[in-house]
Amino acid sequence: MPVYTVRRVLVAVPTLLLISLILFLLLDLAPGDPTAQLPLTIPPEVKENIRRSLGLGEPIHVRYLLWLKQFFVNEPLHLLSQLTGLDLGGDRHRVISWQTRSPVVDLVIERLPQTLWVVGLSYVAGIAIGLPVGIVSARHQYGWFDQVGTFVSMVGFSVPTFFSGVLLIVVFSVELGWFPSIYDTTHRVTGWDSLLFQLRQMAMPVAVLALYNAAQISRFMRASALDNLTLDYVRTARAKGLSERKVIFVHVLRNAVGPVVTVVALGVPGIFGGAIITEQIFKVNGLGQLLITSIQASDLPTVQTLTFVFAVLIVAFNLLADLLLGILDPRIRYG
Amino acid sequence: MRIYTMRLAGLAMLAVGVLVVSAATAAERGRDGHVSIIYWQAPSILNPYLSGGTKDIEAASIVLEPLARFDASGNLTPWLAASVPTVTNGGVSADLRTVTWKLREGLRWSDGSPVTAADVAFTAEYCRDPAGGCSQLARFDDVTAVEALDDLTVRITFGVPKPYPYGPFVGATSPILQKAQFGDCKGARAPECTEANFGPVGTGPFRVTGFRPNDVISLEANPNYRDPAKPAFATVTFKGGGDAAAAGRAVLATGEFDYAWNLQLSPEVLKGMVAAGKGNVVSSFGTLVERLVVNLTDPSPKRGEARSTRAHPHPFLADRAVRKALSMAIDRKLLVEIGYGQAGRPACNVVPAPEMYASKANDDCLRQDIEGAKRLLDGAGWRPGPDGIRQKDGVRLSILYQTSTNAVRQDFQALIKQWWSDIGIETELRNIDASVFFGGDPGSPDTYQKFFADIEMYANNFEGADPESYLGAWRCGNEPRPASQWQGENMPRYCSEAYDRLLGEMAVTGEISERARLARRMNDLLVQDYVLIPLVHRGRVSAHARSLGGVRLNTWDSEIWNIADWHRVR
Repeated sequence: MPVYTVRRVLVAVPTLLLISLILFLLLDLAPGDPTAQLPLTIPPEVKENIRRSLGLGEPIHVRYLLWLKQFFVNEPLHLLSQLTGLDLGGDRHRVISWQTRSPVVDLVIERLPQTLWVVGLSYVAGIAIGLPVGIVSARHQYGWFDQVGTFVSMVGFSVPTFFSGVLLIVVFSVELGWFPSIYDTTHRVTGWDSLLFQLRQMAMPVAVLALYNAAQISRFMRASALDNLTLDYVRTARAKGLSERKVIFVHVLRNAVGPVVTVVALGVPGIFGGAIITEQIFKVNGLGQLLITSIQASDLPTVQTLTFVFAVLIVAFNLLADLLLGILDPRIRYG
Repeated sequence: MRIYTMRLAGLAMLAVGVLVVSAATAAERGRDGHVSIIYWQAPSILNPYLSGGTKDIEAASIVLEPLARFDASGNLTPWLAASVPTVTNGGVSADLRTVTWKLREGLRWSDGSPVTAADVAFTAEYCRDPAGGCSQLARFDDVTAVEALDDLTVRITFGVPKPYPYGPFVGATSPILQKAQFGDCKGARAPECTEANFGPVGTGPFRVTGFRPNDVISLEANPNYRDPAKPAFATVTFKGGGDAAAAGRAVLATGEFDYAWNLQLSPEVLKGMVAAGKGNVVSSFGTLVERLVVNLTDPSPKRGEARSTRAHPHPFLADRAVRKALSMAIDRKLLVEIGYGQAGRPACNVVPAPEMYASKANDDCLRQDIEGAKRLLDGAGWRPGPDGIRQKDGVRLSILYQTSTNAVRQDFQALIKQWWSDIGIETELRNIDASVFFGGDPGSPDTYQKFFADIEMYANNFEGADPESYLGAWRCGNEPRPASQWQGENMPRYCSEAYDRLLGEMAVTGEISERARLARRMNDLLVQDYVLIPLVHRGRVSAHARSLGGVRLNTWDSEIWNIADWHRVR
C-alpha cells in the first residue's frame, strides 16, 4: 500500500505539468483580448501599451516558464514567509491578475469561504439527503417512496439551476420577501442574529444546489443497493433470521457504499470549482464567479491559475478515492 | 385685522425659525445611515489609470476626484479647482499652449493631509510613465510638462496649440492621485501596489474601508470632506456582479438595494419591475450612438493581403446611391421601440449631443422610405435580377453584415435584413463574440478593425463634451491596415479632403460656437456621405429606490458623480 501510494503520487507530478502546459496553450490559442472590454473611447495605441505592460509582448515559452516559476516557486515561498514571518519571498513576482492587478492566489483565498459555505454545505446536504433516500428507495423498489424519489430526482437532474434559481428568487424574494436575493459576502457571523441572517441568505442557493446533488447521489445509492439486495449473501443473512435493519445497515450498506464513495470523492473538487451559474444568480461571488468573470475579461493568469488549481484537486481526489476504496474494501488493496 | 396679520406674520416667522433649526440639525454628516448600490459588472480595481472599464472608473469616482468635471447637462464645472481656466479669465494662454489650474483652498485628503499642486503634477507623471500601461494616456496627448508653480497652482504645457485643453484632470477618467500613497508605484511597479490600487486615498465624500475585487466595496463618510454637512450617508455598500435583470429586481422589485446602474433591459421587463412601486427608473442621454459602418473597400478574400484596404474600392458600396438606399430603408423608430424603449431615440447624427454640436440637417432620416430607396437604386442602374436581388454589370447587391453577439443587436440585424430585402438587397448575418470583435487581436480575422465584411454595427461615443478626437477617427490615413497592424479607428476607410480640412481647422479654433459649427459640418459630411448610418441614440437607464433623493443621472461623467448630495427622502 505505501509503495502504491508513493508511485501514484510520483506519477501525478508529470501529469500535472502536462496539464498546466495544455491549459496554457489552450488559453493562449483561444481568441480574446484583455483590452476588449475597455470602452472604444480608449485609442488603440493606448490599448497596445496596456497589452505590453501586461507582458503580452513576450513569446509564449517565456510566458509559460515565467508562470511556472511564479506558481511553483514564488507563490509557495510567499506563503511560507507569511506563515513563518520570515522574509523568504523578497521581491519576487507573484502571479498577478490582469483585471485587478493583484495576486491571483490572494483572490482565490478571499473567495474560498463563501464558496465552501454555500457549495460545500449544499454538497453535505446533498449527501445527507441522497444516501438515505437511495437506500429506502432500493429497499422498497417501485413502492410509493421510490416513485416519488425517482420523480424528484429526475426534476433535480433535469431542471437547470438558472431556472430553478430564478424561480426561487421570484417566489421567495420578490413575492414573499423571506430571503434576500443578493448574497452579502461582507457579512460576518458574530451572534445568533447574524447566524440567522447567514442561514437566510444561504437558504436559496444551498437548496438549489442540494437538490441537484441529492438527485445524483440518491440515484447512485439506489442502483448500488439494488445490485446487492439480490445477491446470495443477503438471502443468507435473512435466512439466518437477522432483523431487516441489521441486513440493510450492516450487510448491504457496507458493500453498496463503495462505488458511491468514489462518486462522492470525485465530486469534491467540483465544490472548489464553485457553481458558476448558481453563484452568478445569487451573487455569491465565490470561485465560480471569479472564474467566469476572468474568462470574460480574458484575464489569462487568473484563468490559468484557477483551472490548474482545479486540476490539482481533481488529481488529488482521484488518488484519495482509490486509497479510500482500498481501506473500505480489503479485496482491492494493491501490492 | 392688523393685529391678526401681525400675529400671522409672527407665527410664520416662528415657523421659519423652527424650520431653520431643524434643517441645521438635519444637515449633519452621516445622518441618513446606509446606502447600497449595485453594479451588475463588479469593479476590479479602484485606480482608473490601471483600468479603462466604466465599472471601475465609476466606483473610483466616489473616492477620487478631478479638477473639473461635467455636470448632468454636460457643462464643465470646477470640482477640486477654484474655477475652470479659459482664455477670457487668463487661465489659458493666448497661444493656447498652456493652461493654469488653481486648486480650491483648504482641500484635504481623507487621511487629513493637504491636497497640493504637487499631487496633481505627480498624477500626470504617474500616468505618463511609459512602462505603466496607463489606460488614460490619451488624456495627456501632446502634454509636454505639468509643473506645480506653488502649493495651489499647477501649469500644464502642451506641445501644440490646444484649443480644447480639458483633457488632463477633467472628468472621472482623470482624477488626482495622492503623491504620498502612489509615489513608489510608478511605471512597472504600478501593478504591485495592490493596497493603493484597492484603497486609494481620495478627496471624495467617502473613503474605502474594504475592497473585495470583483465583488463588493465598503465605504464610509470621509471625515475630511470639504463640506461638513455632506455626505448625508454614513456608509455605502457597492456590490457588483450578476446581471442587469437581477440588479433591476434588487432595486425595483425587492427593494434590497437603493441604486442600480445601467439597466440594459428590454422595455417590457423594466415596465414590469417598475410596477412593483418600490423605485423609479431614470434615463439620460449622452453621446452614445448605435450605428452601421459601411466598408468603402473591398473585403473579398480574393484580394489577399489587400483585403479591406484602400487599394481596392468596394464593388457596390462605393456607390453613394446604394449607401443612401440602405439608410432610407430603415425604420429607426421601430428599432428604438423594440430594442431600447425609454433608453433610446432615433438617431440621424453621429454627434448627437451636446445640443449646440448636434446637427439638424439630417432629420429626414426619421422617416422610413422603402419606395424612395427602390427608385434611387433603379435610377443608379441597379435592376432586380431573376432572383429579385438587384445587380449591375454582374455585381449583385449581397451584403455581409456583422456585429457583436448581443440579443438587441441580433434583433436589429433581423429587422434590417428584412427591410433591405424589401428593396432588393440580399443580406447575410453574422455575429461575433464581443471579446473577439472588439479585441483588436491582429491575428484574428473577426475584429471590427479588420472589417472583413460589408457592413458592421456597434455603438460608440466620445468622452466629455468635445468631439474633436472622436471626429479625428475618420481622418484619411487613420484606417486600420496591415501596415498599422490593423490598428486605427477609421473603420469605413473614409478619405475626404474636405473632411480633413475641417479637422485641421478645428485643431486651431478655440471659440466654442465656432468649434460646434465645425463639428456639425463634419457630422453632416459623414452622415450625408452615408459612410456611417446612425440608428439609435442610446441613453443610460438606471434605477433608484423611491426613498433615495438627490440622484441626478449624468452620462457625461461618472453616473454617481453627485453621491455627496444623495440623501434619504422621508
